[in-house]
Amino acid sequence: MKSKLIQILDEKGNAVEKAIGDLTEKDILKMYRLMNLTRLWNNKALSLQRQGRMGTLASVRGQEASNIGMAMPLQESDWLVPAFREYGAMFTRGVSLSDQYMYWGGDERGARFPDNLNITPACITIGAHLLHAVGIAHAAKIKGEKIMVLSSSGDGSISQGDFHEALNWAGVFKLPVVFVIQNNHWAISMPVEKQTATETLAEKAAAYAIEGVRVDGNDVFAVYHTVKKYADRARNEHKSALIELVTYRMGDHTTADDATRYRKPEIIREWEKKDPIERLKKFLTTKHGWNEDKEQKMMAELTEQVENAVKEYENVDPPEPETMFQYMYSEMPWNLKAQLEEVKEFVKAGGK
Amino acid sequence: MARKTMIKAINEALHQKMNEDKTVVVLGEDVAIDGGVFRATEGLVEKFGEDRVIDTPLAESSIIGASIGMAMNGLKPVAEIQFMGFVFQGFDQIVDHVARMRHRSQGKYNMQMVVRMPYGAGVRALEHHSESTEALFAHTSGLKVVIPSNPVDAKGLLISAIEDPDPVIFLEPKRLYRLTKKELPDELYRTPIGKAEIIKSGKDITVVAYGAMVPIIEEAAEHVGKEGVDAEVIDLRTISPWDMETVSRSVEKTGRLVIVHEAARSFGVGAEIAATIGERNLLHLLAPISRVTGYDIVPPLAKLENVNYPNSEKVVRAIHQTMEF
Repeated sequence: MKSKLIQILDEKGNAVEKAIGDLTEKDILKMYRLMNLTRLWNNKALSLQRQGRMGTLASVRGQEASNIGMAMPLQESDWLVPAFREYGAMFTRGVSLSDQYMYWGGDERGARFPDNLNITPACITIGAHLLHAVGIAHAAKIKGEKIMVLSSSGDGSISQGDFHEALNWAGVFKLPVVFVIQNNHWAISMPVEKQTATETLAEKAAAYAIEGVRVDGNDVFAVYHTVKKYADRARNEHKSALIELVTYRMGDHTTADDATRYRKPEIIREWEKKDPIERLKKFLTTKHGWNEDKEQKMMAELTEQVENAVKEYENVDPPEPETMFQYMYSEMPWNLKAQLEEVKEFVKAGGK
Repeated sequence: MARKTMIKAINEALHQKMNEDKTVVVLGEDVAIDGGVFRATEGLVEKFGEDRVIDTPLAESSIIGASIGMAMNGLKPVAEIQFMGFVFQGFDQIVDHVARMRHRSQGKYNMQMVVRMPYGAGVRALEHHSESTEALFAHTSGLKVVIPSNPVDAKGLLISAIEDPDPVIFLEPKRLYRLTKKELPDELYRTPIGKAEIIKSGKDITVVAYGAMVPIIEEAAEHVGKEGVDAEVIDLRTISPWDMETVSRSVEKTGRLVIVHEAARSFGVGAEIAATIGERNLLHLLAPISRVTGYDIVPPLAKLENVNYPNSEKVVRAIHQTMEF
C-alpha cells in the first residue's frame, strides 16, 4: 500500500528537468517570490506578536512550498477551502497581506475576502471544512459547473470522523474535489505516528476508491504538478483524490505553544536542510542566473510590501461593536437589536 | 382545498418549492427512493430526479456539512435528519459552522438552508427517537428555530424557511404527522417566521406552547373555559427568534402565564420566556409564571412515556394553581 514519494526538486536544488514541464522561468520566479513573501509576512507577524501587536498566530514557516504549490494550479473559478495554516495559499490567490494581519490580529473584518475570490474563511475546528468542500463540489456537479474544489488540512485532520465522511461522500458521488493534507508531522504535541497506524496518509484513499498520492511537500515543483494533475482531472473527469504533502512544521503549533516541551531541537536542524525556499534558491542560482543582487532587490521589495501591510493593519480604526451583531442574521432579530442598544448605551455612559 | 395531514402538507411544500425554484435540493437518509421514513419526501425523486433529491450515506455530519458547501455554492439545500436524536452526529456542523458561517465570512456567505427533523415523544419509539432538545438550537445564535403545530402552518412555515436567507432548524412534531387533517390551501403560500399566533383570545390567563403541545393547551383551555376561566392560547410557531411582543402584550392583559413544552424544564425555552416576561411585565403579573414540561430526564421508553409527557390534565392543574394564587 505504501505510495512512493513524488519529488522533482531535491534538497540540494537539483531538479529533474523534464519533470519541470511547462513551468516557465516567470512561473518559477513567481513561486519563489510568493514563498519568500509568505515567510516574511510570517516572520513579521511573529515579531509583532512578541511585541503585543498581533494575536495568536499559527506559523506557516517550512510549509511555503506546500502553500504556494497547491494554490498556483487553481483556476479563478476553482475553490480553495483552507484550514488555518494556509495564508501563503491565500496570498497566492489574491487575499491581501493586511487583511490577514487584521484577521490574526483579532479583527474579524480581515476574514471578509473579496467577492470574486472563491476562498472560504479559515476553519479552526479540525477537518470540518472537508465536508464544506464536498458540498461546494456537489453543488458544482448538480449545476454543471466545470470547476474543482481544493481543501487543505493538516495531518491531525485524518483522525476526525469528518475526514472519513468527506472522502466517503466524494467517492460515492464522484465529485470534483481534491483533498490536500499538509502532513507537517505535528498536531500540537502529537506526532503523526500517533494519529494513525498506517505508514502513509495517502494510502487511506484506497478505502474510498479514490486515488491517493504522496508528495515531497517542500518541493514546490512536485506540489504544483501533482496538484495540477489532480485538479485538472477533478475539473474534467469528476475524479476526487487525496494528496499527502510531506512537509514539516518548523515553528511551534501557534505562538501560544512551546514545542521544546515535546520535540527535540535536532529534528529541526535536519528539516532545515530540506527547506523549501533554500532549495528553490539553489535551483534558480544554478539554472536561471539568480544572484545576491537580484535576491537583495527582491527582498527589499517584499519587505516594503510587508511593512506597508503592517501600517495599513495598524492604522485601521478598531471595529465598531455593531460588527459583533450585524452578521449573525441577514436581518437583526429583536433580541440582538436590544443587546446592541445595551452596548451602545453602556459605551455612551462612559462604560468600559 | 382538501383536508390533509401535516406530513402531506410538508410533502406538498417541498413539491411546490422544488417546482418553483431549481436551486432547491433535498438530501438525507432514505429521502429519495423510499420517500423518507415518514414519507415526507415521497414522490420528489420521481419528479425532480436524483441530482436534486439525494439519498445520502448514513452520515449526519456529512448531510449538514455538505449542505453548508451547497449553500455557499448557490443551492438551497433542505436537509432531512431522520430523527432529532440523530442530529448530534451533525451537531458540530450546525453549531460551529452553519450558525457561524455568515458571521465568520462577514456577510459573504449566507447559509440559506433548512434542516428538517421530526422531534418529540408520544409514538412509543426506541431510544433516540423521542428527543425534544430544541433549546440547544435556540441557544445558538445564527440559527432560526421553527416548530409548526398543524398542517396549514407546516406548509407555510416550511416554504418561508426555504426562502429565508438564514439557516432554519425546522422541527416537526412527529406525533402530529398523521393525527389530524386540516383544510390545506392548494397554492404556494408563506407563514411568517418569528410570529406567534393567538389561537384563542382570552382575558384571564395566557397559555403558551408550540409544536405537539399546542393541541394539548387548546384542550386544556376548552376544559377551563367550561369552568369560567377565559384563557388566551398562543402558538409560538417560532422559538428563535420568538415573538416576545405577542406574549408580552397578552400577559399585560391577563397578568398570568403558563408555558408548556415537552422538553426538559431546566434551561429550556420556558425558562427563557419566563425570564423575559419577568423582566418586562413584573408589574402586570398577578401570579408566578408556571411551566408544565417534561422532567429533567432522558425521554423514557414506551412504558413510562406518558408519565413524562405533558397532557391537558397537567396543564389544567397549572392553570388552576395560577388562577388561585
